Amino acid sequence: MPFRPRRSVLPGFGLSLGFTLAYLGLVILLPLAAVFVKTSGMSWPDFWAAVSSPRVIASYQLTFGASFLAALFNVPCGVMLAWVLVRYEFPGRKLVDALVDLPFALPTAVAGIAFTAIYAKNGWFGQWLEPQGIKVAYTALGVWLVLTFIGLPFVVRTVQPILEELEPELEEAAATLGATRGQTFRRVILPALRPAIITGFALAFARAIGEYGSVVFIAGNRPMHTEITPLLIITKLEQYDYKGATALASVLLVGSFGLLFFIQLSQRRARRAHA
Amino acid sequence: MSIEVRNLSKHFGAFTALANVSLKVGTGRLTALLGPSGSGKTTLLRIIAGLEFPDTGDDREAGRVLFHGEDVSDVPAGQRGVGFVFQHYALFKHMSVFDNIAFGLTVRPRKSRPSRAEIAERVHELLRLVQLENLGQRLPDQLSGGQRQRVALARALAMQPKVLLLDEPFGALDAQVRKEMRSWLRSLHEKLHVTTVFVTHDQEEALELADEVVVMNNARIEQVGGPQEVYDRPVSPFVIEFLGNVNRLAAGSGKLHSPGSDVLYVRPHDVDIQRGAAGAHALRARVLHVFSAGSYGSVTLERIDTGEHFEAEIARDRLRDLDLKQGDDVNVVFRHVRLFPRGQFTEADVRDGRLSEAPPPGTPPAHGAGEHI
Repeated sequence: MPFRPRRSVLPGFGLSLGFTLAYLGLVILLPLAAVFVKTSGMSWPDFWAAVSSPRVIASYQLTFGASFLAALFNVPCGVMLAWVLVRYEFPGRKLVDALVDLPFALPTAVAGIAFTAIYAKNGWFGQWLEPQGIKVAYTALGVWLVLTFIGLPFVVRTVQPILEELEPELEEAAATLGATRGQTFRRVILPALRPAIITGFALAFARAIGEYGSVVFIAGNRPMHTEITPLLIITKLEQYDYKGATALASVLLVGSFGLLFFIQLSQRRARRAHA
Repeated sequence: MSIEVRNLSKHFGAFTALANVSLKVGTGRLTALLGPSGSGKTTLLRIIAGLEFPDTGDDREAGRVLFHGEDVSDVPAGQRGVGFVFQHYALFKHMSVFDNIAFGLTVRPRKSRPSRAEIAERVHELLRLVQLENLGQRLPDQLSGGQRQRVALARALAMQPKVLLLDEPFGALDAQVRKEMRSWLRSLHEKLHVTTVFVTHDQEEALELADEVVVMNNARIEQVGGPQEVYDRPVSPFVIEFLGNVNRLAAGSGKLHSPGSDVLYVRPHDVDIQRGAAGAHALRARVLHVFSAGSYGSVTLERIDTGEHFEAEIARDRLRDLDLKQGDDVNVVFRHVRLFPRGQFTEADVRDGRLSEAPPPGTPPAHGAGEHI
């Protein structure tokens, strides 16, 4: 059947669809296409060499690994924070609510510098942690730490509205049926939040993969150890190796897109399995 | 299982939801908590369920909930053996109908939890009971309002509660389904004989369905009694105005005069209309509107002496004989009039503009005084 928009009371479907596609193309697809066009100027062996050198592989591991763990860590913390903000009235709640968005607004370099100052050898926390053998600044742990900071609002802000709409009656119903609080949370609340949690996780994860500003300050950027892929891209650009930079960028792009797509797909499949 | 509450009070901030309320509900009875919104009826139900807790005062005996004489005030909701059906059902959306109903059984501690087969058998039994045998695998979103309501009921019944509590059970249903569900719930109650309390603001629902009606207003219980009793012998102006249609007429002025009460109440079906010339003592009224559908016709009248409007319900045959036209002047007879002189209840008849009293013993008689005009 040929595609035909349904008649609707609101006019302008054609116009708005056209605008949306043009906008999407201009703002998102065109720059991305440029990445691939630039990369396609390379020969296969050159490309392969650029994206699979040991130093680059190590950076993938750090970028994807730390991003994944940071997003994962943000799930329980973010859900708890959203829970507290939605369910409890306490003095300063509005302030805490506003603070959650800070990682969105703060120039990430500022966050990176602040974290580095706190966790460096002579910093507030660093001076206590380093003697215990826990090094945060200039290690992968530090990278993970700033990535949790960057990703937290994504989980909170996706879970919060769902939690607000969750009827308290559901919990009361579970309680009258004899469920313990733990059972109520596991079997009633968590399943209702699951889609929002997965979305929040995916957003935090995607954001962390692209994060540059805060990480470069705390990571120390030692090759093979604490170098993230976005940093390698910048390094290549500074050496006027545009093709090498776009090659790495395209790997990052395909990797993130593939992961996001997979998460969305699995979520939809889970929903359909229920229906 | 009988229910008793003693001296319950509950405040939400400055708002008083319940003010020193005491009530007993007999075993196996179907009881309606009836009242306008904000009268405290839902709060009372939730306190019985253990979802809300009464204010605790200095008096240790105050604010107690007893099931069969046993104090359950400090027993958590899940252990009171109460089935609760929420107004909007509160079904678990991500679970099938089957899993919803089984929920109460599957959350039991391992020791007392029935086996899978037993649970399945019990759920199927309940699905049959609520007539949803083939819908076990549906999700709540795929059901109609009436079906969801029955799932909620089955879920509450799964744990074999000793008390069944329903909050506005028909509030979210449309009129047709409401009627069906009403008689269905009545027959279910006959079958199960579980002590049942339901909240409603619909007087027709309460009178038709319940063995006993508890009329609530303003955080207090106004009257407790059988449907017939609260309808025929209301103890306060509030009860008579809330239950059924009633005309409220000035008794302190014009042709109707009664010392001690400014207001008289008469039900539309207790108003009769008579053709005839204006007598000196007759209560005269002008016909404003005649509407006839079904076995009774309804006539809107205007009192000539005070200009008040009121309704009369006249049998259809009689209405045809009277042949009323808009603008006709007629005589009016009130068969049963209710007065509340200083809060007391009196019954009277009005003929020819006179209140002829049938006072219960001990009440000072009121005098019809049409001749004073």
